Amino acid sequence: MSSSTDLKLIRMANQIATFFESQPEGDRAERVAAHLRSFWEPRMRDRLFAMMETDEADALTPLARRGAEIWRDAGQAVPAGSETR
Amino acid sequence: MKDFLIPFDGPGGTGLKNDTDMGTPARVSATMVTLTVDGFEVTVPEGTSVMRASAEIGIEVPRLCASDNMEAFGSCRLCVVEIEGRRGTPASCTTPVAEGMVVRTQNEKLRRLRRGVMELYVSDHPLDCLTCAANGDCELQDMAGAVGLRDVRFTPGQNHYDPSGTGARSQAEARLRQPEGIANPQFTPKDDSNPYFTYDPSKCIVCSRCVRACDEVQGTFALTIEGRGFDSRVSAGMKLDDFMTSDCVSCGACVQACPTATLQEKSVAEIGTPDRAVVTTCAYCGVGCSFKAEMRGDELVRMTPYKHGKANRGHSCVKGRFAYGYAAHRDRILNPMIRDRIDEPWREVSWEEAIGFAADRMRGIQKTHGKKSIGVITSSRCTNEETYLVQKMARAVFGNNNTDTCARVCHSPTGYGLGQTYGTSAGTQDFDSVEDTDVAVIIGANPTDGHPVFASRLKKRLRAGAKLIVIDPRRIDLVRSPHVEAAHHLALRPGTNVAVVTAMAHVIVTEGLYDEEFIRSRCDWEEFQDYVAFVAEDRHAPEAVEMLTGVPAQELREAARLYATGGNGAIYYGLGVTEHSQGSTTVIGIANLAMLTGNIGRKGVGVNPLRGQNNVQGSCDMGSFPHELPGYRHVSGGEAREVFESLWGVEIDHEPGLRIPNMLDAAVDGSFKGLYCQGEDILQSDPDTKHVAAGLAAMDCVIVQDLFLNETANYAHVFLPGSTFLEKDGTFTNAERRINRVRRVMAPKNGYADWEVTQLLANAMGGGWTYTHPAQIMAEIAATTPSFAHVSYELLEEKGSVQWPCNDAAPEGTPLMHIDGFVRGRGRFIRTEYVATDERTGPRFPLLLTTGRILSQYNVGAQTRRTDNVAWHEEDVLEIHPHDAETRGVKDGDFVRLASRSGETTLRAEITDRVSPGVVYTTFHHPTTQANVITTDFSDWATNCPEYKVTAVQVSPSNGPSEWQQDYEAQAEKSRRILPAAE
Repeated sequence: MSSSTDLKLIRMANQIATFFESQPEGDRAERVAAHLRSFWEPRMRDRLFAMMETDEADALTPLARRGAEIWRDAGQAVPAGSETR
Repeated sequence: MKDFLIPFDGPGGTGLKNDTDMGTPARVSATMVTLTVDGFEVTVPEGTSVMRASAEIGIEVPRLCASDNMEAFGSCRLCVVEIEGRRGTPASCTTPVAEGMVVRTQNEKLRRLRRGVMELYVSDHPLDCLTCAANGDCELQDMAGAVGLRDVRFTPGQNHYDPSGTGARSQAEARLRQPEGIANPQFTPKDDSNPYFTYDPSKCIVCSRCVRACDEVQGTFALTIEGRGFDSRVSAGMKLDDFMTSDCVSCGACVQACPTATLQEKSVAEIGTPDRAVVTTCAYCGVGCSFKAEMRGDELVRMTPYKHGKANRGHSCVKGRFAYGYAAHRDRILNPMIRDRIDEPWREVSWEEAIGFAADRMRGIQKTHGKKSIGVITSSRCTNEETYLVQKMARAVFGNNNTDTCARVCHSPTGYGLGQTYGTSAGTQDFDSVEDTDVAVIIGANPTDGHPVFASRLKKRLRAGAKLIVIDPRRIDLVRSPHVEAAHHLALRPGTNVAVVTAMAHVIVTEGLYDEEFIRSRCDWEEFQDYVAFVAEDRHAPEAVEMLTGVPAQELREAARLYATGGNGAIYYGLGVTEHSQGSTTVIGIANLAMLTGNIGRKGVGVNPLRGQNNVQGSCDMGSFPHELPGYRHVSGGEAREVFESLWGVEIDHEPGLRIPNMLDAAVDGSFKGLYCQGEDILQSDPDTKHVAAGLAAMDCVIVQDLFLNETANYAHVFLPGSTFLEKDGTFTNAERRINRVRRVMAPKNGYADWEVTQLLANAMGGGWTYTHPAQIMAEIAATTPSFAHVSYELLEEKGSVQWPCNDAAPEGTPLMHIDGFVRGRGRFIRTEYVATDERTGPRFPLLLTTGRILSQYNVGAQTRRTDNVAWHEEDVLEIHPHDAETRGVKDGDFVRLASRSGETTLRAEITDRVSPGVVYTTFHHPTTQANVITTDFSDWATNCPEYKVTAVQVSPSNGPSEWQQDYEAQAEKSRRILPAAE
């Protein structure tokens, strides 16, 4: 993928995390993961996971990174659909 | 009692119900009154007129100035009746019924009186009935017959119809007698300035129906009666105005109301009176007005609003009423076309060759690049049945979830926000609900332009005393228009919706104005406690956010108090809410406000997204989104997938597909190579045009199905001609979840209805579909989608329309949602933290651009630009505040360069204080402007809905088109070359 797409994905992940950062504590990272799993197509997911192995992931906010890690580690076990629409 | 049954013409019919004009409006009362009319007993609600009571039992009292969509006026004196025990002959239209009243509508005295009245009318009316456009459709003619007029005793004297002043009884005769011109000072020539109808004062009987329709139905107050006594005449605006220069918005209500040919559609004058009518649904905005398509042969004579239409209640706007000429426009492409590369000219080919070419290319791409390398875009301009088939194409034939719809770029945040808070992705009310509203809040919407018929209904309620709060950066017409003035206009800075909505919640919470009883019984109390603590923080106070939002704190406080305490509060919102980086958060904030104040679950309240296009709701309902199956069920849900897998005999991908912006990104990156785009023009409508163009240019097969060679088709390899809403059967679902029938009134000029074209393509790719009528597609939708379980064409014929959910729990549909509980169980309060958009003004781009639409044009203008509506708006203009214009040396009408970090374009400036200093505004109706060259790729955090409403720009004087405009025009011209078909 192009670097502009990578930047977009990082910005999108950070935007999602910013919303959940404002929500009550407890399961913020899990909710970020559920949102990503609900809406992101596998190509976007794979690219995000690939970036997490590189310096590019430094641009992710801590919560965005934690959410992505939960998704990466749990895979299909992350509940999708709870964050739909 | 006489039988008076509304006939039902059965399934597959025209949809027409009894269209009788009852003379005066219906009344609602708990008290019923029984009277006798001509010996027949009738019982009606208290307050009903004698005229309407008579009509209820099939007795039609002669009349000229009365109509059941406006209040009685009592001027024509034709509807006189006798009432036992009362003196004289009162007008039946203005006389309310009374218990035990005995009415006679016909006897010698009444006959004589009516004939006398008719003689007077006809004595000042040209006797050119045989050559009159309204011949056979004229109430004056009908009434002359009804009262038995056989002679006119008055000799021609002073009159308005004879231009020669020689006593001629028709204008043809007058021309013969006085060829030199007009010699009669009372004669006023016909006004044909409006492109769609004429005003002929010589035929006017001064019944005031047009004036009252403009006032009471449309609410524009453009017409008046000028002069007194014999000089009285209808006038549009000031003395020197004609209809075009007046405030008239061309809604057609006056033409509809006119009992003669004084106000007459030009199409009727040209074609003749219609000989049949079919009820169908307008193909423009999300109000979803019902119309009668009035036909002669297979030619459409006119569209008239259908009085039984439950969304529009007999009203219309300039688009639905008149702007249908695009259907027969010379630009329509009627033959399929293909080309190998987009720099080649098009080749006209047979349907078989075009479909075969498209299918081979798409399958070839999948073979080379994988199953997920192609996708579809469904359209909100297409029917439910068509969008259902297109998403089915992706899921069942392509084998992926790469399906998205234009709702991505408009109301996808509505789906997310209302889904999270209430549990369903739809507005809560019907349009009738506005009649019970006490306080209306309009946020980020411009109903008089975008949803005109709803705006008229709202204005009617406002004139009756309801209060209005407008939250919008622009001073939209509703802020102040005749007899309507907003109690509060919160002119916020673009991009600060969340801060304003949260500050309103702060006021309601900290001042103890919330409805605790409602919240305790209907919402999650723990989440409410968390929310209260959040919004009560000082940083959310109006005073704290005033510098940020630009909204005076006191004004915001008063607006919040009014919404919370003013009675039934209803929120209506549009794309000014959703098309932001925090679009979903604002929708959540709006939902919070309604729950806080208990404004949910009854008439007059609720949260109402005003959908931009006719079938936005329906296209979302039908599973057009890449993460959801029909009925908003996530693709990861095995149970929902199983329903479709067992019916379709395929395995459905359990992972979400690409959204439109993601498709374009993937195309640029080389992993998305083929697109089937039905009825959408993403190159013009989607943001960051250059990126869209790059994505399309990178694909190996773009299939465009449309009426015209739209802008997207410049990058297409296959063009499949589309059919108009007049040429196919189906359904649209409007903003109130109302499923309305679309009925075919003529054969498709391109040979196939759109659903048939999709089926041809699906079958060429191995789909094996066998639909023969859209009713079968709806049956499949009902069988697979719980909220549509009871919907069928038979039910729609019987009921006219139904609102989903329509199932075992609500067999006849659901006008109001969340009455006894939210769809998700308990309503959910969610924190709404304001986060500033990344799009910031600075030295290079110091102004904020926001975009929108105007009354006469629709979306990308593909339809309305090909009608006479261009008379009102032939180009996009840039609204700029006088201060900003002056500092840039820009004068009204100057060409200006509008630039952002994405691109630049040029257009004319209109200097107006409708926008605040620092804000500029334009529309996106014209491809020559391409406003979306300017907009950026920033989007809503939850849904990727583009942030159209906030772009940092600079404006400067310009000499002509930008480089992009010049290049684009050359490319478009080259791309539209068509080679003649091979023999």
